[in-house]
Amino acid sequence: MNSVEGLLTQIRGLSSTASDVLSLQNVLKQADESLHAESTRLLPFLDQLDPSKHSLGYLYFLEACTAGPVTTESASSFVLIIARFISSCVAEQIRLAPDKFISVCKRFKDQVLLLEEPLRGVAPMLTAVRKLQSSTEHLTTLHPEFLLLCLLAKCYKTGLSILEEDIFEVDQPRDLYLYCYYGGMICIGQKCFRKALELLHNVVTAPMSTINAIAVEAYKKYILVSLIHHGQLSTSLPKYASGVAQRNLKSLCLSYMELANSYNNGKIADLETYVQANMEKFGSDNNLGLVKQVVSSIYKRNIQRLTQTYLTLSLQDIANTVQLNSPKEAEMHVLQMIQDGEIYATINQKDGMVRFVEDPELYKTCEMIEHIDLSIQRLMTLSNKLTVMDELISCDPLYLGKAGRERQRFDFDDFDSVPQRFNI
Amino acid sequence: MDGEDGAPKSLMEEMYANGIEGVDDAPSSSTSTTIRKNRPIISGEQLDIEAYAALYSGRTKIMRLIFLADHCDNSGMQLEALRMAYDELKKGENTQLFREVVQKIDGRLGPNYSTDATWCAMVDRKADQRKDKLESELNAYRTNLIKESIRMGYNDFGDFYYAHGALGDAFKSYVRTRDYCTTSKHIIQMCLSAILVSIEMGQFAHVTSYVSKAEQTPEALDPPSIAKLRCAAGLAHLEAKKYKLAARKFLEVGPELGNSYSEVIAPQDVATYGGLCALASFDRTELKNKVIDNINFRNFLELVPEVRELINDFYSSHYASCLEYLGNLKSNLMLDIHIHDHVETLYDQIRSRALIQYTHPFVSVDMRMMADAFKTSVAGLEKELESLITDNQIQARIDSHNKILYARHADQRNATFQRVLQTGNEFDWDVRAMLLRANLLKHEYNLRASRKI
Repeated sequence: MNSVEGLLTQIRGLSSTASDVLSLQNVLKQADESLHAESTRLLPFLDQLDPSKHSLGYLYFLEACTAGPVTTESASSFVLIIARFISSCVAEQIRLAPDKFISVCKRFKDQVLLLEEPLRGVAPMLTAVRKLQSSTEHLTTLHPEFLLLCLLAKCYKTGLSILEEDIFEVDQPRDLYLYCYYGGMICIGQKCFRKALELLHNVVTAPMSTINAIAVEAYKKYILVSLIHHGQLSTSLPKYASGVAQRNLKSLCLSYMELANSYNNGKIADLETYVQANMEKFGSDNNLGLVKQVVSSIYKRNIQRLTQTYLTLSLQDIANTVQLNSPKEAEMHVLQMIQDGEIYATINQKDGMVRFVEDPELYKTCEMIEHIDLSIQRLMTLSNKLTVMDELISCDPLYLGKAGRERQRFDFDDFDSVPQRFNI
Repeated sequence: MDGEDGAPKSLMEEMYANGIEGVDDAPSSSTSTTIRKNRPIISGEQLDIEAYAALYSGRTKIMRLIFLADHCDNSGMQLEALRMAYDELKKGENTQLFREVVQKIDGRLGPNYSTDATWCAMVDRKADQRKDKLESELNAYRTNLIKESIRMGYNDFGDFYYAHGALGDAFKSYVRTRDYCTTSKHIIQMCLSAILVSIEMGQFAHVTSYVSKAEQTPEALDPPSIAKLRCAAGLAHLEAKKYKLAARKFLEVGPELGNSYSEVIAPQDVATYGGLCALASFDRTELKNKVIDNINFRNFLELVPEVRELINDFYSSHYASCLEYLGNLKSNLMLDIHIHDHVETLYDQIRSRALIQYTHPFVSVDMRMMADAFKTSVAGLEKELESLITDNQIQARIDSHNKILYARHADQRNATFQRVLQTGNEFDWDVRAMLLRANLLKHEYNLRASRKI
């Protein structure tokens, strides 16, 4: 007890300036074990500390308190405490002990899930993420936890706001895989298939030394989203995907590859029978909703192909070509696609004809010019970033050491600094 | 069709008619009388087997007759072909083929055309004797190491095996003479023999290699040999379905060929194969330069006036009569051993080219007139046009309501903008993904490095 009291006074005393905080950190590190030993009795001491001023100390105490297993009674009280702590703590002090902060937040997530109220955790976790990140391009371990809570609470829009930011720095590869996988699922929920495809593609092609379950599940969803968005699936992974992924992924997702094949053949009846046959498999992977969307997208694909060949076409012919049951169904599909902006057409109900028109976008408006201009600037910034990174790596001693070792030695002249001619 | 308003009536009528009136009104009507007199062999009429067989000699004559018998429906023609094959085989020494033909005849031609066992036995006995003699001679030459005699020995062996139908052994023997060839004439002789046997065996890869080998010794080649080599090369390309190359080779064959290559191909065949392949694969300028204006090839085309007519009709856009000639020729072409499995493909390609050429000069085309010109229904025409448009061979769109085909030229400006935006997006995505992966790799590398330390 005395040591704890002493610790408390030290915390209160050394929390004002930055140098004090650093020395406090050393003290706390040494006292960490003793804190953990008395974890059950630390709770009342928390009230003596102010989270906004003594964030580092509070964090250590809190981490020690929550180190034990999560129970339902303690969960509700802890949830309140941690939420308040997260909202009021000071970011700089937190960043001195990131692992502790992360473990506290993970416990928070477990407790929120135990109480089955993920919505309570969304806002605090968002604040936690913002406080832990050193910059918006930094991916922390808390990002995937946050996205998981968003998914479970079904508030996808909040998740999307985090996904808008580009990530360039990663702490742990596993964080990235989970982040991209959950992010992909959120985008699918919001029907932003393009962004979902991008995120899932990142998981599937990320460097990895062994195949992991996240990549396999991500690849299954990738196949389905690719069929919905592009209408086709590229059969091989790009060259920069890791060797492990290229060799193993396809064999682990065989039924999905079969689905992609039968989609490509264009026969709707075959596709539907295949889906019916494998309904349980898709269901056990929780991909049933996506698979149904794939089936409905094949009609769209076929109608879009018709716009390339015909100027006008009767609804009966559309129904026949696309293998729908009646002209009325064809009209419904075409109407839906016109409303979604996927094709440009007019329906003449009197004659039962559809007239396909060209894309009315003329690329002459101010908005278009602005859009192009912004894109150019964005790309220039990106390209500068790439050059900077290239320069950094070429000056990096580790890289130079490795490249130097592997340089081929051609002949004796390579080592001569003086040209041959001038040697006597 | 949008024709000029001030055009003379007869020109308009001729355009609309598309040459449907038939052979008599075709531009080369002056030669129509000679057509009747010479009775061409490959024509729309039923094949005259005797005249057909007279074009060839040697083993190919027998093979062609057997093929004819297997593939034609008319039993009269069948028996005629088998009878001629029997007679031809009696003059030779190939007992294996003889037995096959007798089996096919099955006694239908009477007692004169049944298994002549005594003849077979006599020929086989003579063959064994000759083989022993050749072998002993060859051994003698080999011990004496006289190159020329060894070469002739192997050559004789090759001829012997070829006459008896053992094509594999014949080929091996001919190839063995290569080591003993001293002059370029010998090499040419070896190549031509090897080519002959390879064509009979159906192994056209060998044909191509030996043709190129022979062509590498130009000083010893006389014009008939050059013509023979070009024919062989053309046949090889035809079998490999490279119709453009085949057409080019056949068109380069000079008139010196004459009947000198009757063991393989007749000049009529050169004209037919060359003409059809050219139609299926050449564009308009090439067709004009290499076929229509080609004086050498004109001599060949005179032998098959229907092919000449159909090429001219195609070039002058009389599609209905062109397709009519093609239809007539089809039944006879299916009886030819080299071209029968390519007929369908060539016909489809010619038809597609005709459709594309028809629509090319117009901004809008009435599909009903076009269907008449091509002797098909509007619905069928629509299907054909749809597949051509999807393959991007015609740039047009179909107005299915009014049945008009409208030419469509892509808007370059819009297409460029779209491509620009798309490229920008792809670049954005690729670079961001790349930076992320680089970061991961660096992280992993640092991890490994720190673990080592």
